[in-house]
Amino acid sequence: MKDVREALMIGRNSEGKLVRRPLSPFMLGDAYRFQISSLTSILHRITGAALGAGTILLALWLVCAVSGDEAFSIIQAFFASWVGLALLFLFTLALFYHFCNGLRHLAWDAGKGFDLPTMHRTGTLVFVGAIVLTAVFWVIAFLVW
Amino acid sequence: MNAEDKNLSIKIRRSQLGRARGLGSAKSGIGQWWVQRMTAVALVPLSLYFVVSVILLLGADQARMAAYMAEPWNAALFLALIAMLFYHLALGVQVILEDYVPSEATRLMLMLVAKGVILFLALISAASVLKLAFS
Repeated sequence: MKDVREALMIGRNSEGKLVRRPLSPFMLGDAYRFQISSLTSILHRITGAALGAGTILLALWLVCAVSGDEAFSIIQAFFASWVGLALLFLFTLALFYHFCNGLRHLAWDAGKGFDLPTMHRTGTLVFVGAIVLTAVFWVIAFLVW
Repeated sequence: MNAEDKNLSIKIRRSQLGRARGLGSAKSGIGQWWVQRMTAVALVPLSLYFVVSVILLLGADQARMAAYMAEPWNAALFLALIAMLFYHLALGVQVILEDYVPSEATRLMLMLVAKGVILFLALISAASVLKLAFS
């Protein structure tokens, strides 16, 4: 090994053996057993990217509102169609997941909830919270609509 | 020493510190990390406000939508949401590209395209809210 950049990525594992240090993304590789922490982590990223794509719908909705009555009724009708409803459902599910797990991340950044039992509990709580919030949203939505 | 260890053993006569110096990740990254968190904090109430707005505007016609955005409270909160949301999104996309695209040239190109698109979406959203608010 003579390349300086590569040499920086060599380390010793707990048995003293020379290994290549894992580079992000590696949580789903052989360095870690699959567990709730890796699942919530990758889902945070996936839902983040999905919500990013969803902002196109947000921008389209606002632009159509400016374009006038006809354009706005077209986009509102699209949201009420099966495809639109499915997209909105996935959007809300992703939003509430990212919201709940984001709160968990902010708690970690404040130095709280790092011990394993708490982390596993809050991880489960994130899934429960996301599903409950999504369900509440759609019950209210169909009542109001 | 077995074959694999020999392959990984480092044959550079420089200290660990000398090899690491100047190559660390902690350059200007901390500022972006902090802004990512601050926009996240702002988005906690703002995204809840957005969800409530969406419920209030379900099935609305253009007149009701325009009347909603004509309220200064709503226009201001939507503008704040747009600013925080797209800033948070730009930083998130940057982290994803930095993690998955090893080639510096490709990464730079994708970053420019992604940030250009995000900036455009943010501006066109804000312009729409402003036009609704003032018309």
